[in-house]
Amino acid sequence: MKALKIQNLQKTYASGFVALKNVQLEVEEGDFFALLGPNGAGKTTIIGIITSLVNKTAGDVSVYGHSIDLESEIAKTYIGVVPQEFNFSVFEKVIDIVVNQAGFYGIPQPIALERAEHYLSQLGLWDKRYQSARMLSGGMKRRLMIARALVHEPKMLILDEPTAGVDIELRRSMWAFLREINQQGKTIILTTHYLEEAEYLCRKVAIIDKGTIIENTTIKELLSRLQTETFIFDLKRPLAEPPVIQGCEITSIDEMTLEIIFEKSRDLNTVFQDLSKHHIEVLSMRNKTNRLEELFVRLTHHESL
Amino acid sequence: MTMRLKENWIGLETIVRKEISRFFRIWTQTLLPPVISMTLYFIIFGHLMGGRIGDLKGFRYIDYIVPGLIMMSIITSSYGNVVASFFGAKFQRNIEEMLVSPMPNYIILWGFVLGGVARGVTVGVLVTVVSLFFTKLQLHHVGVVMIVGLLTALLFSLAGFINAIFAKKFDDINIVPTFVLTPLTYLGGVFYSIDLLPNIWQNITYINPVFYMINAFRFGMLGRSDIGTHIALWVIFGCVITLYGISLWLLKKGVGIKS
Repeated sequence: MKALKIQNLQKTYASGFVALKNVQLEVEEGDFFALLGPNGAGKTTIIGIITSLVNKTAGDVSVYGHSIDLESEIAKTYIGVVPQEFNFSVFEKVIDIVVNQAGFYGIPQPIALERAEHYLSQLGLWDKRYQSARMLSGGMKRRLMIARALVHEPKMLILDEPTAGVDIELRRSMWAFLREINQQGKTIILTTHYLEEAEYLCRKVAIIDKGTIIENTTIKELLSRLQTETFIFDLKRPLAEPPVIQGCEITSIDEMTLEIIFEKSRDLNTVFQDLSKHHIEVLSMRNKTNRLEELFVRLTHHESL
Repeated sequence: MTMRLKENWIGLETIVRKEISRFFRIWTQTLLPPVISMTLYFIIFGHLMGGRIGDLKGFRYIDYIVPGLIMMSIITSSYGNVVASFFGAKFQRNIEEMLVSPMPNYIILWGFVLGGVARGVTVGVLVTVVSLFFTKLQLHHVGVVMIVGLLTALLFSLAGFINAIFAKKFDDINIVPTFVLTPLTYLGGVFYSIDLLPNIWQNITYINPVFYMINAFRFGMLGRSDIGTHIALWVIFGCVITLYGISLWLLKKGVGIKS
């Protein structure tokens, strides 16, 4: 079952700016899907169209088989959305924001109150329920929007840059939460600037650039296209100059750390042997985490992989 | 129309409850000012000056102007409620909470409009109660008073909604009340009968919809009007239908709220 199917989606704004050019996209039920792209690529426009906040120029969008044009009321019940910018009344109480949202989806108040307690507790906001939303910190406001998006228990959750401006600890706890609800069967679509986030959380990825989907595949497949791999080596003793080793691009991050890029086909043992020849002892090593970033930059700059 | 009636009803109830609690929460800005200004009208125009003006159409001056003043407070309050609330929701973007939900457009419209009607009627009742300190309540035809009061509140709630749809900044929600609504109300016969006007001004008054509302309301209270009540009711009803159609069309097109 396709959770989301987008066909020939086009959007031209009144100013004449073409935001989307024939976008095709499919997201399977239960996927954790990343939509990546530089600023202004069209990610938020796509989300706006799916959630009925932006009028499309042409094309079809269906959610769990229901067209957003012909069966918009059914399609909307499947979607929960967490926008990039805060879009609640800052004068309302936290609990009212969540319970009212349930009301807009036709959920009776006693059930809405139960669910509000459940999601606000899960997201660490239950103690703040009687506070006015303007009193919350940035991270809390973002979690409030997640609770609000989940209160009608949608099958698909769309998050537009959910961890932008959120500290590392909170980002990690949000990731854990999102993973958990995805494992429970919820389809999640995420746009993010943190490519590490997409690599850590998502199974599939689409990259959009200037209104066109330029990649739509699994993260694993995309990463496998990299011909090289980058490792970080922590050294036992300080090193004044990085060594020169055939087939390796070595840069010194600091006197105790080296970044080494080499062909994927190369045996890692030979790298160690070469380092030993230069009397370099390695304490530990790790794969560089922002591999996706490398790919992303290459793809959006139209370089070959 | 795929959503069930029950769910739509809960959605409508949620918006109306939210709207009513909003204007009660800020009652010093929403309920108190019209009561104070109408009290001043009653004191100055009715009590102090009214005695010198004498009778108008067989009624004491204060008795003659009370229906118009109640209507004036209903008009400004219902309009003000919807224009401020809907524009506020647009400005803070919390209107998106409703737009992403499965509620059909007509439920969103009715939710805001009924909130405006509730405030218009609340203020109307409060002003009527205050008027009892200055004059005796006269009710010639209760049904006409209620229908005209409700339809007028509905009409100006819809007008406020349309204003809010087009408003881009806070100034835009004050322009219409200041430059259109107030002149129409004052020139709609709150303080005088159009018989006192020269012919040309009488004819001009006939194109002012507020004139029909004030006179139909005055008929309901005093049994006296410058225009037939049936005609007035049709004019009000026609305006309500027209503005309702325009509002729904604007919502469907997403004017001012979708890009």
